[in-house]
Amino acid sequence: MTIQTDKSTSYTKPGIEGLVADWSSDRQTFDLPWGKLMMWIFLLSDTFIFSIFLTGYMNVRLSQTDNWPNPSEVFALEIAGQHLPLLLIAIMTFALITSSGTMAMAVNFAYAGNKRKTVILMTITAILGASFVGMQVFEWTKLIVEEGVRPWSNPMGAAQFGSLFFMITGFHGLHVTAGVIYLSIIARKVARGDYEKKGYAIVEITGLYWHFVDLVWVFIFAFFYLW
Amino acid sequence: MSETAGQQHPIGIYLKVWLLLFILSAFSYAVDLLHVEGYLRWTLILIFMFLKAGLIVTIFMHVTWERLALKYLLFAPLIAIAVLIILMAMEGDYTFMTREIFFDQ
Repeated sequence: MTIQTDKSTSYTKPGIEGLVADWSSDRQTFDLPWGKLMMWIFLLSDTFIFSIFLTGYMNVRLSQTDNWPNPSEVFALEIAGQHLPLLLIAIMTFALITSSGTMAMAVNFAYAGNKRKTVILMTITAILGASFVGMQVFEWTKLIVEEGVRPWSNPMGAAQFGSLFFMITGFHGLHVTAGVIYLSIIARKVARGDYEKKGYAIVEITGLYWHFVDLVWVFIFAFFYLW
Repeated sequence: MSETAGQQHPIGIYLKVWLLLFILSAFSYAVDLLHVEGYLRWTLILIFMFLKAGLIVTIFMHVTWERLALKYLLFAPLIAIAVLIILMAMEGDYTFMTREIFFDQ
């Protein structure tokens, strides 16, 4: 692979001029570590998967003639006699946002070369992610066991509710679970000092994946739980 | 490949974004708690959603500081999704209409 090193026509120009310069001449277009570019392309494909899920959900919900179950009521919790709509979902949202914040700071400390803080912040991120999955397990159990929601029927209304709910939140939960495993592996490798020579771009790449999981939740929260 | 220095920004910006995300989430939760209904509800949900998504993508995922070539790579394909959403909304409406006409007979 021959790569032009002449800085005058390479990755220094901003805006449109830089865009043209990046795509012209026989050289690498994207000035990124390859792992980061691959993660972005993976996340783009994942964006399509989740978009298609949510678009499918929109289409099904628009076209059904039954009553759509009110998510505010379906996901309500009774605590000490108090009726609290969507409480668990709100806690899950805050857990995920907090984990995104700690992850962003982990990336920052990684590039600053502060190994200890990076590992601590990544571990906190993973724990928050795991607690999110835990709460989701609780939510699913409550829905299946107590409320009798099934992918093909439910007592509250439109039968399509169950299949969409389990598919969309299940796929997201799978992503969170994979993210927790991914974070744990990378945090361990950072602690072991594997990246001292290679540089800490890997922490940023892991961070991209984690923020994406949070990003998807923003859309699920808005369209599935609030709409 | 030219070795670009990693994304490094003052920690304060992350804390500010974090706080903003908390506030925006609280707002979208409040939309439900206060039983805001109809178009106002949908508008508010969408506004808070896009603000949150924007903050996560631009600041946490560092897209603001990335090159235009990468930004186009990420955002141009989303046009296809927008087209899909429009088509499926039309299709959904049509299916609903035909069901309304024929299901009761």
